[in-house]
Amino acid sequence: MEFLERFAVPHPSIAIYASMVAIGLTMIAIVAGLTYFKKWGYLWREWLTTVDHKRIGIMYLISALLMLFRGGVDAIMMRAQLSAPENTLLDAQHYNEIFTTHGVVMIIFMAMPFIFALMNFVVPLQIGARDVAFPRLNALSFWLFFMGAMLFNISFVIGGSPDAGWTSYFPLAGNEFSTSVGTNYYMLAIQISGIGSLMTGINMITTILKMRAPGMTLMKMPMFTWSSFIANVIIVFAFPVLTVALAMGTMDRLFGTQFFTMENGGMDMLWANLFWVWGHPEVYILILPAFGIYSEVISTFSRKNLYGYKSMVASMVVISLMSFLVWAHHFFTMGQGALTNSIFSITTMAIAVPTGVKIFNWLLTMWKGKIEITTPMLYSLLFIPLFTLGGVTGVMLAMSAADYQYHNTMFLVAHFHNVIIPGVVFAMLAGLTYYWPKMFGFMLNERIGKWTAWLLSIGFLLAFMPMYITGLDGQARRMYTYSEATGFGPLNMISFVGAIIMAVGFALIVYNVYYSTRYASRDIGEDPWDARTLEWATHNPVPEYNFAVVPEVRSSEALWDAKKHGHVLFKDRNYKKIHMPNNSGVPFIMSLIFFVWGFSFIFSLWIPAILATIGILVCMAHRSFEQDHGHYISVEEIEETETKMRGAK
Amino acid sequence: MKIDHSLPLEYSTDQNQYNILGFWIFLGAEIMLFATLFATYFTLANRTGSGPSGAEIFEITPVLIETLLLLTSSFTIGLGIHAMRLGNKKAMLSFFSITLLLGLAFLGVEIYEFIHYVHVGAGIQTSAFTSILLTTLGTHGAHVTLGLFWGLFIILQVKKRGLTPQTANKSFIFSLYWHFLDVVWIFIFSFIYLKGMM
Repeated sequence: MEFLERFAVPHPSIAIYASMVAIGLTMIAIVAGLTYFKKWGYLWREWLTTVDHKRIGIMYLISALLMLFRGGVDAIMMRAQLSAPENTLLDAQHYNEIFTTHGVVMIIFMAMPFIFALMNFVVPLQIGARDVAFPRLNALSFWLFFMGAMLFNISFVIGGSPDAGWTSYFPLAGNEFSTSVGTNYYMLAIQISGIGSLMTGINMITTILKMRAPGMTLMKMPMFTWSSFIANVIIVFAFPVLTVALAMGTMDRLFGTQFFTMENGGMDMLWANLFWVWGHPEVYILILPAFGIYSEVISTFSRKNLYGYKSMVASMVVISLMSFLVWAHHFFTMGQGALTNSIFSITTMAIAVPTGVKIFNWLLTMWKGKIEITTPMLYSLLFIPLFTLGGVTGVMLAMSAADYQYHNTMFLVAHFHNVIIPGVVFAMLAGLTYYWPKMFGFMLNERIGKWTAWLLSIGFLLAFMPMYITGLDGQARRMYTYSEATGFGPLNMISFVGAIIMAVGFALIVYNVYYSTRYASRDIGEDPWDARTLEWATHNPVPEYNFAVVPEVRSSEALWDAKKHGHVLFKDRNYKKIHMPNNSGVPFIMSLIFFVWGFSFIFSLWIPAILATIGILVCMAHRSFEQDHGHYISVEEIEETETKMRGAK
Repeated sequence: MKIDHSLPLEYSTDQNQYNILGFWIFLGAEIMLFATLFATYFTLANRTGSGPSGAEIFEITPVLIETLLLLTSSFTIGLGIHAMRLGNKKAMLSFFSITLLLGLAFLGVEIYEFIHYVHVGAGIQTSAFTSILLTTLGTHGAHVTLGLFWGLFIILQVKKRGLTPQTANKSFIFSLYWHFLDVVWIFIFSFIYLKGMM
């Protein structure tokens, strides 16, 4: 009994018990459904063991959407609690847990997999490759992310959620002030999915450097590939810092080390520094691929080539370097002195310059273009003014002297949502709509899509503009309530209404998927958007081998060249057998062991922890000895597939 | 699998080239990992709390032995790769085995060193300084331990399967890893031990 007590939730409520029941029922339903429809074999063969970058991309996408709703429910609960003064919907402890999980889920388990979904799916197609450089590693990356996300999500029904904020500052996150296992979940779940992210970084860089189609020099890569390349370089150099910080945090909590403690020489500010040395580049890891999506979409629907290709690339390179030089702006008020603050103020303001260059490039791409307002284009058009607003308040926050007024207020919360929602989320939704036909062979409904875009924008403005005002008036972030005398009530009510409108917008996405799956035409050809880049030169949906014949390229807009300037993409029309990697169950099994490993550490169960560690090492040894040379797709099979998909080009 | 015979065996297929580039990028990430540990070490080196300082616990003899063992092992694995390029499987396996034995000896001395630290009251919980000292050394030591198993697996594979594009590729990548651990040790030797004893 004493053994089991540790798994109990320290602050139970009806909502948590209801979730336990809901999780239990859902799992039973999934297992029963799979058994009843005899889909276990299908699930294992086609999805759990797949190494196909397209399927892995789709699995990332589904996970990201699920996590979007998990994080969204957290957000609605927070806005509901704050909608009226001295509200008692949530108590302080629950509020702490919810803002913590909201932040972690949205950044690590929603935004990251969303960009990985698009990168995985699009980048190999855009460069004319047949898969990524390390398909097996790619599957391992996904499953590590997935298990990390699952581990994090079970925290609120087993042992208690983390409650020290998504930044998890010490000493608050230390054992003394965070007594539940919640912060252990934070440390280990993020660690596991972070290892996956690092592997994706290595994989994508190698893919982009080594596997481009003939003729595609670096400066002829489509912009989304460029942005993914830069984002992955940042991943490789930023994530190890997080790995070390999380490992030290874990050791402080589990093994009594003195890294971030308040005695024996420990230094709590060290955590803040290490966290943000990763954390600030992390926001550029998210925003750069988003910029890449906007570049593709705006150029396609303006029917013009991207204005200022070279300056786009240069600005991203500058952003990637500078992203490592601004981290201290997250804690101007924590006493590092005037000189340090001034330096970080200047670097932070300077990083707005390359970002501004990109805004002007998009505007000039549209200049005199034949603009067609499709759903992805609508998101891009809404993005430019809304994101610029967020950028301007960012420059306000960058002024360290003024920051003493804004710090830790709702003003900051409004700012970063103002850049992340129109910047990253709109881009992901634009990318989702744009690449949906590529993934599934039919288009999402335009009418519902545009309604979604407008609802999200209006909801966004209603939800976050009032926070700028209450923030300047002194409403602190992360406070679970406020008194009526502050006068924050009406503005917070408006925020709540905005949050509800956004929730309706997100629900419409689900409805759109359902509606389009049922009613949309499957006869959309290869190029439904009249696009410009290589990924639209193959069939929809894409065959396993991507391109029957390797395309040849002479500019960053290979398909446009082929359509308008008589460029021949596929010179050699004779098929040759294609080498493809084999499926493998090891990444899934290894990640499952990682789940057990993380869980054992969280609850200090040392024997399972040792066994799981051995299990992980055995999987690695197995990989070392394994001889896997992949398989070939024969010419007959290619011919058959190509004929079925209305003939090769 | 297309094999290009104009290139050394470890570079001879496309996948081999991807593997080597990918591993270099991984080493870039490893550099960041150790850089973070070093940065933390420099931050916490003088924050000894009630525990001992570096000058009080460092002993030059085991450190010199460790350095000598590891530097020699880096040289012998270089000879091993040279033998591999010449196609001399027997010499290659001998040099790889010597490398691993030197690595094992290094690990033995490091374990002795750790026991010594705990013995003189510098455990991982003692102070911020001892925490980061033992974590940095431990991370390097864990890399060496992993490398011993990995190297052993590669020796067994070369023995069984001969020098193929795959086994040559693995051996070459392992040599990169081993050299990297040596480089990290040079930094540990210079900036932790020598600086700490001055």
